[in-house]
Amino acid sequence: MAVANPEVSGVRAPATNGVGKALVKVWRNYALRRVLRAIFVIWVVATAVFFLVRLLPGNPVQVYINSQIAQYGVSYEDAAASARSYFSFDPTTPLIVQYLQYLLGLLHGDLGISIATRGVPVIDVIGRYLPWTLFSVGIGMIISIVVGLLLGMVMAYRRGGVIDHGVTAVGSILHAIPNYIMAIMIVVILGAELGIYDVGAARGTITSGVEPSFSLSFFSDVMYHAQMPILTYVLTTAGTWALVMKSSTTQVLEEDYVMVARARGLGDNRIRGAYVGRNAVLPLVAQIATQAGFVVGGAIFVEQTFQYTGIGASLYAALQTRDYTVLQGILLILTASVVFANLIADLIYSVLDPRIRVGEGEA
Amino acid sequence: MADAIAALGGTVPGAPADAGAARSRGQGVFAQLTRSPSGFAGLILVVLIVGMSVLGPLVVSPPVSDVNLAWNGPSGAHWLGTNGSGQDVLKLIVRGGQVVIFVGFGAAALTTVIAVAIGALAAYFRGRFDAIMLQITDIVMTVPQIVLLAVMGAFFQLDSPVALAALLGFLTWPVLMRSIRAQVLSLKEREFVEAARLLNLGTWRIVFVEIVPNMASYILINFIIAVTNAIYALAGLYLLGLAPMSGSNWGIMINDAWTSGAMFNPLAVLYILAPVAMIVLLNLGLIMLSRSLEEIINPRLRDS
Repeated sequence: MAVANPEVSGVRAPATNGVGKALVKVWRNYALRRVLRAIFVIWVVATAVFFLVRLLPGNPVQVYINSQIAQYGVSYEDAAASARSYFSFDPTTPLIVQYLQYLLGLLHGDLGISIATRGVPVIDVIGRYLPWTLFSVGIGMIISIVVGLLLGMVMAYRRGGVIDHGVTAVGSILHAIPNYIMAIMIVVILGAELGIYDVGAARGTITSGVEPSFSLSFFSDVMYHAQMPILTYVLTTAGTWALVMKSSTTQVLEEDYVMVARARGLGDNRIRGAYVGRNAVLPLVAQIATQAGFVVGGAIFVEQTFQYTGIGASLYAALQTRDYTVLQGILLILTASVVFANLIADLIYSVLDPRIRVGEGEA
Repeated sequence: MADAIAALGGTVPGAPADAGAARSRGQGVFAQLTRSPSGFAGLILVVLIVGMSVLGPLVVSPPVSDVNLAWNGPSGAHWLGTNGSGQDVLKLIVRGGQVVIFVGFGAAALTTVIAVAIGALAAYFRGRFDAIMLQITDIVMTVPQIVLLAVMGAFFQLDSPVALAALLGFLTWPVLMRSIRAQVLSLKEREFVEAARLLNLGTWRIVFVEIVPNMASYILINFIIAVTNAIYALAGLYLLGLAPMSGSNWGIMINDAWTSGAMFNPLAVLYILAPVAMIVLLNLGLIMLSRSLEEIINPRLRDS
């Protein structure tokens, strides 16, 4: 998906003066060029998100005033006065000034301060909720990829067998169901109908009162809360991995070097691991990277459904209160993680396949 | 996420392609579809659900609210029970598909038109326009679409199905544009394009009359996939309450059932499961249909 585009890089290479020459040199270096492009993309997204959230209707002060009027029945003037004292944010500051302040802060690694929850730095909001999302999504992805890749290899080796047909059928159905629909079905069927787990008790990321510690009880509590989001991620992605891995393995099995390895009398396990498996996984690296980013993005719906208080749930809360700075921060972090995942995949590829490095450099 | 599905979908062969079928493409597609069990089942599902949703509102009267009937379980009079305002769930289901299907197909049509137009022109002209479009898609594809959608849904007052379809359509074209572009890049090197150029047919005609129809089957398949993505994205918007809650459709039913805790009420479970099932079945049908079409038509570009 984000594999090298020779055309794009070709466009901006020309430069003739001294500084330009240095730039061209940097540009010729594949890794540096990738990093520069990643930074450029993040800057564009940061800028777009900044203006997007501000140019659209509704602002945090207005939301606050409305909620004050709705909740306590105060007059508009009183609510506006209380809003003035509550918010350090002034919606009348010129946009361009706000933007420059934001960029300047970003350069220092400062994402600003939450508007709706006064005084809480955005980085703290993210630091508190993102680890839970990374934890649940990460575990889910790992289980899903391991299960999917193994199933896919088995399917490719025994094409037309029971496992092949079964996994293909189930995998295609599950592939067709997005994770938030799956989440609803899990809550309704596993939680409410069959009573396999307690929907209410599993809300949040840990049971209140449980102290974080390196103990089995803490770990099992964490897993208790994360199990259903994890199950959702596994169910919705494992089938897809199996299908992708199957087609990749099938292709590799037809390669000459596999036949040669067989002819040399190498053991089945050796061929399966070092010859087939490793080469079949290669094309999947980029997909794993991009997929990780999108699963984090999709987590907003899943976490909302399970009331799992990760980054998705806090993004949703920030949407409700029009908390510009938190919104910006979360979107920036999500985007940056996708960009970095792609960057890492590209760099891994360039190491694995030198043609990419050389080919694009000469463009 | 919609993105990811599409991206992965592109590389998941549904089943080994039938090489013989590719030869007779264009004719007897329907006959072949009836022979492929899953494709035929998909077609039936889609026709039934779309037919019900389009004709339903004309035949079935709007369900009446009756507080005395709130949260009744399934019975002879109300096959799927009633909701919190005593409305018949079955009637809601029959009448609730129209908007969902309209938005799904509308958004998919828009996204397909944008993707084909930009993708074909970018590949045909190359140069600066191509580079800029690639850069834009690079950036758009970086932001998780579903998050962007949630943000846009929260800020815009999406009070009409047309606005919803437009938003969904405008956000999802980059992935398809990339693959259309790649196909046109290879197609435009073919002899017939050279011939058309020598005949001086004009750029517009060469791109949209000579080149694009060659991808018709591929575009159709991607259109179907786009419909499923749009419907799911719409369901997600309703689930989070980010789309307008006026009127009644499957998405609003899910949201209403969810917020009123229907899943914990044994008599009301069908109120939440029925619309979820309708959406999943419709999309499953569409996907089965697109898989079979892919096998039958086996786009020329796939095997070149």
